[in-house]
Amino acid sequence: MAAIDAGGRGAPARSWINDPKIRGAIYQVLLVVSIVLLGWEIVTNAIINLERQNIASGFGFLKNTAGFGITQSLIEYSEEASYGRAFWVGLLNTILVAVLGIIVATILGFIVGIARLSSNWVISRIAYVYIEIIRNIPLLLQIFFWYFAVLRAVPNPRNSVEFAGSVFLNNRGLFMPRPIYETGASAIAIAFLIGIVGSFIVRRWAHKRQMETGQQFPVFWTSVGLILGLPILTFFAMGMPIGLDFPELKGFNFRGGMAVIPEFVGLLLALAIYTAAYIAEVVRAGILAVSHGQTEASYSLGLRPGPTLRLVIIPQAMRVIIPPLTNQYLNLTKNSSLAVAIAYPDLVSVFAGTVLNQTGQAVEVLAITMLVYLALSLLTSMFMNWYNARMALVER
Amino acid sequence: MTDRDIHFVRTEFVDEADAPVTSIGFIGWMRENLFSSVWNTILTLFGVYLIYLIVPPVIEFAIINATWTGTGREDCLADHGACWAYVKAYFGQFIYGRYPDAERWRVDLVFLLGIVGLVPMLIPSIPFKRENVIFLLGLFPVAAFILLTGGNIDLNGFLLPDWWIAPSTWKFWIDFAIVGIVIAALTAVISIKAQSDPKAPVIIIGLIFAVMAVVAILADIDFGLETVETDRWGGLLVTLVVAITGIVASLPLGIVLALGRRSKMPVVRLLSIIFIEFWRGVPLITVLFMSSVVLPLFLPEGVSFDKLLRALIGVALFSAAYMAEVVRGGLQAIPKGQHEGAQALGLTYWQNMALIVLPQALKLVIPGIVNSFIALFKDTTLVLIIGLFDLLGQIQSSFTDPSWSTPFTSHTGYLFAAVIFWVFCFGMSRYSLFMERRLHTGHKR
Repeated sequence: MAAIDAGGRGAPARSWINDPKIRGAIYQVLLVVSIVLLGWEIVTNAIINLERQNIASGFGFLKNTAGFGITQSLIEYSEEASYGRAFWVGLLNTILVAVLGIIVATILGFIVGIARLSSNWVISRIAYVYIEIIRNIPLLLQIFFWYFAVLRAVPNPRNSVEFAGSVFLNNRGLFMPRPIYETGASAIAIAFLIGIVGSFIVRRWAHKRQMETGQQFPVFWTSVGLILGLPILTFFAMGMPIGLDFPELKGFNFRGGMAVIPEFVGLLLALAIYTAAYIAEVVRAGILAVSHGQTEASYSLGLRPGPTLRLVIIPQAMRVIIPPLTNQYLNLTKNSSLAVAIAYPDLVSVFAGTVLNQTGQAVEVLAITMLVYLALSLLTSMFMNWYNARMALVER
Repeated sequence: MTDRDIHFVRTEFVDEADAPVTSIGFIGWMRENLFSSVWNTILTLFGVYLIYLIVPPVIEFAIINATWTGTGREDCLADHGACWAYVKAYFGQFIYGRYPDAERWRVDLVFLLGIVGLVPMLIPSIPFKRENVIFLLGLFPVAAFILLTGGNIDLNGFLLPDWWIAPSTWKFWIDFAIVGIVIAALTAVISIKAQSDPKAPVIIIGLIFAVMAVVAILADIDFGLETVETDRWGGLLVTLVVAITGIVASLPLGIVLALGRRSKMPVVRLLSIIFIEFWRGVPLITVLFMSSVVLPLFLPEGVSFDKLLRALIGVALFSAAYMAEVVRGGLQAIPKGQHEGAQALGLTYWQNMALIVLPQALKLVIPGIVNSFIALFKDTTLVLIIGLFDLLGQIQSSFTDPSWSTPFTSHTGYLFAAVIFWVFCFGMSRYSLFMERRLHTGHKR
């Protein structure tokens, strides 16, 4: 009341407390001070506690000998390697399962998403039931199911499940033929690269020609021919330099070939199936977001259903699909950390699990682990912002 | 001429013929939807084959070949199907964990109170929402805490040094009074300095402290309930406690963070963004590791948290970041005119937020909140990795029991867990769809 009366008399009695700028500054200073105090408290407590428990600090432990084995590693690793090496093994395993998971989930997700919109009643119902069941069951339960109930329950090596006489599934893992590269194999890789570059050139040329003359060129089939045909031709021309090393049952286990540990198969299956359900919903939403008028307009211009989908609907749907799709990829990568529950040697399992337990340096180990995931997600969101800016509708 | 009886033109209508049998009814529907083209027919057959591959074996396993009664593994080994007798034998553990048998009525009572509070809350047409909220967010948590833990906690004081007054309930109340009086006095001084009436804010602070005092008294009273440590909790109880505490704690925190992210103060905005992006960028499992391994290191000597409480803190911070983004979506959907209207009426920032913006924004994001609750509910299973026994953890640990070990025990256990989780999550997602449709009416153009 006093303030209003004072204002009425024409002499605005303002206290500095009521100045929003000063208030804001005070709030922010108070916030910073309290956070600094909290941080100080945490750091001093941590130092005291670490000293009391005789735990070393600093990142010197990364050079120490690890002394534990890892069941799957993409780079050379042995028990004599350092903790730092174990970190890279874990990180690469995480990336491996994430990348493969993303590929499988994307393919499966697009199929299910399109099936969900199918005019065929049976197919769209199956897709609906798949999505609703998978999305509403925790991922960890699905990982357990695939790993403990399915893959651990398959027969022992002597009674392996056989596919085409060369792929074997048993409770030691999945055994597949491994390609052996002999001299001249690199020529095939070169042919493959030439095929890719060649199809890009053909595509640009065909586009230019279509712009000038209106004539179309079968770019897709030419590209398939170039990318697949060239390497196959080279393969035979060089005298078949790639052989296959088949796994063979010797004693109690398979030798030779390529062995995939069951933890990897279980995790990959669960991640891909779980994420595919989400991707399917993203795809469905994206396609539904393109107005039906676009299809009708395209038909009235004389485009057939195929080109309509390829040239009109999908480019517009992708604008809606890509951001949530990247989000799902990120989720899959973060969810791959559940590997620790079935002891697949990923980053969390190897580094935040075994290394943490051996060294006891929880603060450093968890900080590194979290920073890796944080960096991954920040990179992804940077890519997403860039993509959104590029793809955003340019409005007047 | 007119007499001539020529019938070139029909004088009466021919009755409508029925549509061909092949284009109506079930057959017509099948022709249209299942067999309209070669490709469609192939798809239909493929779909039917897929169903044939999956559905009959599952039904056979879960129902036809299942063992429903029995006392041990021998009963289940006979049939090659689900061993429901094992689920029956373990049912108590799956729901209550190792909670003492004699005290399980307390958990039941909490479940009952929760349902009584929640169901009328979820049905929009039932009145007394305000009283309902007070019950659900005020009385229920206190009652649940006392019932589940047994209450009778030791209050030791927190402010004055121990050598001055020995830690006791009295010291707690002295500390409590000092804090309350200091905060009330500070508020009064600031509002007098700002030339406004100090009465209202001081009364509000007094009320807040009075409520806190009542809660503290209730938690302190010995109701004669046996104390049950949280390491004896388990099963669905832990799942629900983690999920519900997580969501309830994350909502206010998420609102504050969302407001902070949209604040005009650069430091507040920056700190909110860092907090939100940090928690959203790391997997929950590392957060749980951190809360179980690193959090104890951050606390002063002698202070230690219960394992469940540590997990709860991690889960709450983690889901607060996601909640903040959900709430921010709602805040961004409120047109600028609402802010400007509130400012024109002379409302302060907090009045504007509390009375104008947040009620509209939160109403808009109810489906989003339910969705993040579903995500959190599924994520609670992760606590088994840090050694807490939620529903899935309890089921997983029951597989080690040799008296029920059969080749189908784990399948049965996982099927049971899947059904429970599915019913909860599917129910919630249907509810969120229902609310979405209901709330859309005012905004659809």
